[in-house]
Amino acid sequence: MIRTSATLMTLTAALALGACAKKAPQELPPPPVDQSAGTQTPPPSGPIPGSQQDFVATVTSDTVHFDTDQSDVRPEDYAILQSQARWLARYPAKRISIEGHADERGTRDYNLALGERRANAAKNYLASLGVDPSRMSTISYGKERPIALGSDPQSWAQNRRAVTVTVQ
Amino acid sequence: MTRLLLSVASFALTFAIATASAQQPAPTAPPASASAPQAEQGLSGSVTDETNEAVRIAIPPMPTQQDVNTPAGSTASLGVRIAEVIASDLKNSGLFQPTGPNGVGAITIPEVTAPAYDRWSGMGAEALVQGFIRSAGGDADITVGCYLYDVSLKTEQTRLGYVVPSRDWRRAAHKCADAIYARLTGESPFFDSRIAYIAETGPKDNRVKRLAIMDSDGANHRFITNGQSIALTPRFSPDYKSIVYVSYVGRRVRIYAYDIGAGTQKLVTESENAVFAPRWSPDGRTILFSMASGGTTNIYKVSAAGGGTPVRLTNTPGINVGGSFSPDGSKIVFESDRSGKQQIYVMNVDGSGQQRISFGGGSYATPEWSPRGDLIAFTKLGSFNVGVMTPSGQSERILTHGWQDEAPSWSPNGRVLQFFRTSQGRSGKSEIWQVDLTGVNERRIPTPVDGSDPAWGPLLP
Repeated sequence: MIRTSATLMTLTAALALGACAKKAPQELPPPPVDQSAGTQTPPPSGPIPGSQQDFVATVTSDTVHFDTDQSDVRPEDYAILQSQARWLARYPAKRISIEGHADERGTRDYNLALGERRANAAKNYLASLGVDPSRMSTISYGKERPIALGSDPQSWAQNRRAVTVTVQ
Repeated sequence: MTRLLLSVASFALTFAIATASAQQPAPTAPPASASAPQAEQGLSGSVTDETNEAVRIAIPPMPTQQDVNTPAGSTASLGVRIAEVIASDLKNSGLFQPTGPNGVGAITIPEVTAPAYDRWSGMGAEALVQGFIRSAGGDADITVGCYLYDVSLKTEQTRLGYVVPSRDWRRAAHKCADAIYARLTGESPFFDSRIAYIAETGPKDNRVKRLAIMDSDGANHRFITNGQSIALTPRFSPDYKSIVYVSYVGRRVRIYAYDIGAGTQKLVTESENAVFAPRWSPDGRTILFSMASGGTTNIYKVSAAGGGTPVRLTNTPGINVGGSFSPDGSKIVFESDRSGKQQIYVMNVDGSGQQRISFGGGSYATPEWSPRGDLIAFTKLGSFNVGVMTPSGQSERILTHGWQDEAPSWSPNGRVLQFFRTSQGRSGKSEIWQVDLTGVNERRIPTPVDGSDPAWGPLLP
């Protein structure tokens, strides 16, 4: 039983890492899976298929970025949304919410509108890849939830984003 | 006394505005002295530019005939505190240099109506505020008398009597300060008014944002929401009974109307889309809001009474957002990026006649129509500062110079703006600030925690 407990703890740690990956750099590999467990317990095989952790671990990134005051998906981010569309095709019962964000150098109301416009742009691109629009909702956080805390162009660039999260 | 005839002339020159504002009559004032001098003869006002000096005004403690206890403290202590609030209001306007009540000797009840002028002129005071406080004690109302004198002319300028529950003693002080401000500046009063705003705590990437209210000087502060959901952009209804604001409760962006008396709230409009930027019409019957749908945002209006289908006022691609009614309710100023960048537009209240008014270069946001009708306040983007222009887009002037100053809200008399100032860097700290139309008199409004989105309500009756 001691071995099992240790394994469960390791699994919990792996899941926690998976959750953290949402905020990590885009190129982060899937969280490591502990392989040291004994033969009595089947080795954990990573995040539960179809889960938010699985989504984050599988897609190229959960986040696309935007130019200042712009809401067109950048061509270099098409592959990110394509990877999200592939995952959604694999789990057709899953729904997503796309969270649109703006940097701090805009006024509050306008940024709410801009965040919605960005989320909508990502949603439209996913729809063009065959994702049923009824599976996708959008919410704008405007400038209320920055991910980078600096007041500099690099931070602002990171904060101009649309983040896909699975729901249900 | 000509030096004290500091009139609205400096404003008139700067902004080319109409100056003859209707004077607000002092509420429940006892009959003013019949020999009240004309403005041309006596102590008069100063909504000043930087070259004018603040009026030196003495404010001794207000005596009480009989020191009795009230729930707000003894009448003797209230007499001191009321004088303190009057002094603070006048000082914070930037137009007055008060002396007292601390460090100024006591006066007697008979002196209230018969000032010892030589004593005050000997101190260098140009004006004098005296008053008294009276109460039967216990839960009885308090009566506050307030008198303004011209020390050189040795004449009474105005007087005011105010009867309030003792817990509202600060309102009596604000009313007195308002009467003095109005008499000496020729402007409408504004101290006796309230602010709705968003109280902020926590780290920059996870700010807790709560709806809160306070008096115009930061006193009588009260939190309304508990911070579990993000709250944004509150606005007091014109009768102060309700606050509309944006809430993220249920992970949706929607507008609620919070009933202050009942402590309940209701959705302003039902929609699957994000609904935000609520604004009241001056008569309180209509609420403007912005709704984002499919990547575009447009401005709508809906009955404040609830029910009814919202009416769409704008219909262009891009973002049309915000809005502020002209004081007569006939026009709305709003922002739109239909030209490619955020600019200020004016339309009729039915949505017709949409016209851009901002052509000063750069881009503009958060237009707010002055309650006097003569100016539009805005956030200038790029520099991120607060400025004003006329409703036809002329005479643009930038008033503040912070790192990020945003979302001006007018004082009830249209002569002062509150806005919020966000610090550069990782703290995410924001504070509520106030500036008058000269841009010179700027100060921070004290709040228990950080603050943003101030919304100034009208003058209380």
